[in-house]
Amino acid sequence: MGGYAEMKIIFFILSMFYYCTCIAKTIPVGSSRKYKTITAGIEASVAGDTVLVDAGNYKEKNLVIKKSIVLKGINYPVLDGEKKYEIISVKADAVVIDGFRIVHSGISSLQDLSGIKVYDSRDAVIKNNILENTFFGIYIQNGLNCTIENNRLTASSTEEQQSGNGIHCWKSDSLRIINNKITGHRDGIYFEFVKNSIIWRNTSAQNIRYGLHFMFSNNDMYVSNIFTNNGSGVSVMFSNKIRMFSNYFEENWGDASHGILLKEISDGDMEGNYFAKNTSAIYMEGANRIFMKHNTFENNGWALKIQASCMEVVLERNNFIGNTFDVGTNGSLVLNKFKNNYWDKYEGYDLNKDKIGDIPYRPVSMYSMIVEKYPPAMILFRSFITSLLDKTEKILPSLTPENLKDNAPLMKKAF
Amino acid sequence: MIIASNVTKQFGKLKALDNVSTTCNRGECIALIGPNGSGKTTLIKSILGMVVPDNGFITFKDKNILHHWKYREEIGYMPQIGRYPDNMTIGQVLNMMKDIRNQQVALDEDLVKAFSLQNLLHKRMRTLSGGTRQKVSAALAFLFNPSVLILDEPTAGLDPIASELLKEKIIVEKEKGKLVLITSHVLSELDDLVTEIIYMQDGKLLFHKKIELLREETGESKLSKAIASVMVKSLYEKNI
Amino acid sequence: MKKIFKYVVTDILRNKIVLIYTVFLLAASLSVFGLEDNSSKGLLSLLNIILIIVPLVNIIFSSIYIYNSAEFIELLVSQPLKRKSIWLSLFTGLAASLSLAFFIGAGIPVLIFQPNTIGFTMIAVGILLSIIFVAIAMLATVNARDKAKGIGAAIMIWLYFSLLFDGFVLFLLFQFADYPMEKPMIAISAFNPIDLSRILILLQLDVSAMMGYTGAVFKDFFGTFTGIAFSIISLLLWIVLPVWYAAHKFNTKDL
Repeated sequence: MGGYAEMKIIFFILSMFYYCTCIAKTIPVGSSRKYKTITAGIEASVAGDTVLVDAGNYKEKNLVIKKSIVLKGINYPVLDGEKKYEIISVKADAVVIDGFRIVHSGISSLQDLSGIKVYDSRDAVIKNNILENTFFGIYIQNGLNCTIENNRLTASSTEEQQSGNGIHCWKSDSLRIINNKITGHRDGIYFEFVKNSIIWRNTSAQNIRYGLHFMFSNNDMYVSNIFTNNGSGVSVMFSNKIRMFSNYFEENWGDASHGILLKEISDGDMEGNYFAKNTSAIYMEGANRIFMKHNTFENNGWALKIQASCMEVVLERNNFIGNTFDVGTNGSLVLNKFKNNYWDKYEGYDLNKDKIGDIPYRPVSMYSMIVEKYPPAMILFRSFITSLLDKTEKILPSLTPENLKDNAPLMKKAF
Repeated sequence: MIIASNVTKQFGKLKALDNVSTTCNRGECIALIGPNGSGKTTLIKSILGMVVPDNGFITFKDKNILHHWKYREEIGYMPQIGRYPDNMTIGQVLNMMKDIRNQQVALDEDLVKAFSLQNLLHKRMRTLSGGTRQKVSAALAFLFNPSVLILDEPTAGLDPIASELLKEKIIVEKEKGKLVLITSHVLSELDDLVTEIIYMQDGKLLFHKKIELLREETGESKLSKAIASVMVKSLYEKNI
Repeated sequence: MKKIFKYVVTDILRNKIVLIYTVFLLAASLSVFGLEDNSSKGLLSLLNIILIIVPLVNIIFSSIYIYNSAEFIELLVSQPLKRKSIWLSLFTGLAASLSLAFFIGAGIPVLIFQPNTIGFTMIAVGILLSIIFVAIAMLATVNARDKAKGIGAAIMIWLYFSLLFDGFVLFLLFQFADYPMEKPMIAISAFNPIDLSRILILLQLDVSAMMGYTGAVFKDFFGTFTGIAFSIISLLLWIVLPVWYAAHKFNTKDL
């Protein structure tokens, strides 16, 4: 919370700075004002001005902003794209768009028509807007140091082709995506070639594909976001140095669905995340040097599906509670480390009372290996024969990876 | 009353009944005699419908008994070994049978009284001796005043007094014109009871004769002796 | 028929083994709910009891009971009674008293600790399984005259349904790994009442894991009205067919 307060102060100082240095004037727009349309208002403004828009319905086709102005709505004036146009195109630095209801952008399979699109600009601030049924919601293309804050994005398309991403960022640097709520889009938040950015306190739910989709984006951090009930959960691919803290991943159900999919990820850091009721909480493929600590896995189908292509993944002091399977894997080679985790299925003992179990815990059951290879074997789940197989395997491991074990499992929850 | 025609029954390789035909009429007391495994019990069970013949048929009062059950209301059956639900008392078993048969006839409780079963009504079946159980079986067979009585080894396990009581009862019922079928090994017991003899061997009915005729033919007055001479004769004929 | 049923039930309910069975179920389910800190874990342990112990006890007890009442059945057959009604009374008597034992032993604790859909499904499935294995026991006993043979067959049948059948299914899966086996699996599961019962309960219990593609196929099927109708009809057939066949056999059986 301290960080948020600081942020507020910084914003305050920044806005003071604007007011002090520029001799800014305010240009009102509305049916009873001098300028009836926003286009006219923008026309009349110069850099540093504020265009203040009264509540009302505005159909202005494509609004292009080429000056560094503040575009502010009073009581959410509606900007209607009539299902044909991109509604606002920002083509200047330091533009602020604040307080609009932006509805019905065009849908195109050739262009990424958006509610608000920022082209090759820096310092844009997009805040407090409501976007409804836009193809793409907020689109940052080649942006620098932009802020997207307190927006609410809702789309109601059910097919992937008919729907764009909620917040789409491409080839950008130092973005701040804060406290937005995104539902019904293709991907809630999409990052491609975006670096040094932060995604903080957003809620991304019921999107058709991913709640969050990361590609080729390095040095980013996401904190305290909630991802629930998305078609396929969250997907983080081909990226380095990602840090994920205190996020919630919940109720992502389906075969291709994961709480989070980590593919070709290196040097990541995951702490304090909470995974509940996902088909598989984490699916890792080609992940290297991921450090996972203090995460909670509760009531998932699989807590962790870790493919043999992963290396040096470290799991320390995580809680595994009530999962159907704790860990699933597809190979026998294990180059990852499990240490001091709490597993509720652990049946060992602690003779020396150091709160660490005296015998190792093997989180991969024989049956989970079988299901991994032959998915229809799921029909034998919890049958007598599979528990018999599991018990035999515990005594004489043959199929499950020899080294996949927690040598020092905790007797009580890690936190 | 009961007519068996060409009744054949095979258990695996063993021919338990081989083309047996006979007629039993009311007022007769017939002894079924023969060595162990000669098919006596199978014949009784066939009459009761407990064993279904492979061939031939049995009629009871001119009706084929196959897949019928109502005719059994007129039969009282005392099995060789009577076993009843362990947890029931004698009283409950008697009541149950009354309940199951639910017949509108005057009950004949002579044997219940004669065996003093009314003093044992609260005793559970599993605590009873074999003899007492036989008493219960006998009492049940006579209870519903049936016109046919089928008694499989009735005196086996009974003490002499009870045995005598039972015999008296059989004679009384016979006098009333009922048909009584008895199997027994103890031939001496049958002397003053039976009017006819059916002799069986290896599933075959060798003869069905009035007892006077048998006595005449063999010149023996005792039934056991008469039968013994028949057996010797039949063995002799076999060897030729 | 009602009368014989009444006598069979009173006789079985006085039987010590049924009493022990009830007390065992009661103790097991109470301790399972009492010891486990979350009651869904308790349900899982109870699931194992329902799927393993209930069929075993039911099939063995019923077979032994029928063999032990051989003379009693003989006595009944010699009475003016229809054979079919004797046999059906025996079946309904056994089924009713063992279901009652199950309901008291496991059903009531479940109702106390888990009065929800999962709990109700469990009780319903447990009772159905009890009846099914009584029916199978009737089939086994009517076919084997020898007591030892019949009880041996009963144990083998139990072993087959609780273990060998699943082994066979697993083998089948390995053999046909390259083919989509989800739908055939549903059909195959109908041939084992224990599997069918297990799936019915699991669909309510392990929602997350069952939502994987394969699980989703199962859930899509068993979760729909058709699926539930299919399962219930299959389970009922597991009662009707053995009883019908056994009754038919008993009708011409030599005693």
